[in-house]
Amino acid sequence: MLTEVLQHIKLGDYLTLLLGSVFVATISATLWGGDFASKAIIRSGGKIFREVPLSRDQQIEVPGPLGISIINIQQRKARISSDPSPRQYCVRKGWLQLSGEIALCLPNQVSLELSGSRKRYDSLNY
Amino acid sequence: MANSTIKIDTTAEDHHIASMAAVALGLTILENAIPSPLPGVKPGLANIVTLIVLSRYGWRVAAWVSLLRVVAGSLLFGNFLTPGFFLGLSGAILSLIVLAFAQHLPKRWFSAVSHSIYAAFAHIAGQMLVVYLWLIPHTGIAYLIPVFATAALVFGTVNGLIAARFMDNPDIANTNTIENPT
Repeated sequence: MLTEVLQHIKLGDYLTLLLGSVFVATISATLWGGDFASKAIIRSGGKIFREVPLSRDQQIEVPGPLGISIINIQQRKARISSDPSPRQYCVRKGWLQLSGEIALCLPNQVSLELSGSRKRYDSLNY
Repeated sequence: MANSTIKIDTTAEDHHIASMAAVALGLTILENAIPSPLPGVKPGLANIVTLIVLSRYGWRVAAWVSLLRVVAGSLLFGNFLTPGFFLGLSGAILSLIVLAFAQHLPKRWFSAVSHSIYAAFAHIAGQMLVVYLWLIPHTGIAYLIPVFATAALVFGTVNGLIAARFMDNPDIANTNTIENPT
């Protein structure tokens, strides 16, 4: 069955198949591959509190109306590790590493947003 | 009383084109019975006929068969002049443009498989162009391109293989020739 099918494929067809596969792989990687973020934007009370690069591991304490939110940056990823908000949504969001990802602690008015080389659109833009 | 019958003189080639388009239509109807996971992802079985016609009778006949199939198919399914019709039409036109170039690839190294893959990509490109310029002018549709491109590669290869197998088989290849139309 397989050899019967393969005999219809000529040398140039393999070239076409290879080109097509490379094209599909490239286009998938550029359109789907979320680019990894390079910096974190931390906001408190609607204003930018700090912008930090993800390259350096660190822990940042952000004050809000309810108390202190703690943001951890480790191995080019960032998360809110502790927050005084009652429902803990932003903490449960976990590690963020792609640009455009965001964790919001609304009660404490703290947000952690990652951004990369280019600004991506998300539904919040509209 | 005037004779109201209109008689159009048809040539043997017209009959042949019509019968080939009818075969393509049959495949289109068959294909519409297959459920699709995503609107727009279809095997495009009718293109097998286009490929065979292209290699045997040339680009002009292939263009006739392909465009007749699109128009007649839309009449059958009741979507003539709807967005779906224009999607199919733009895909078919762009495929034909690409095939006009691809048919000159050296036959020694390139078979219908290559033609089919290039035409499938062109089909998707034509459709996406219409979608972007007319239906959904938003860059968000770019997220769907990898899905469509993968489908084009897979279905293009499969259709090309079917067409190549048909053409390489002398038993079934010569049953319907242009020289002896019914």
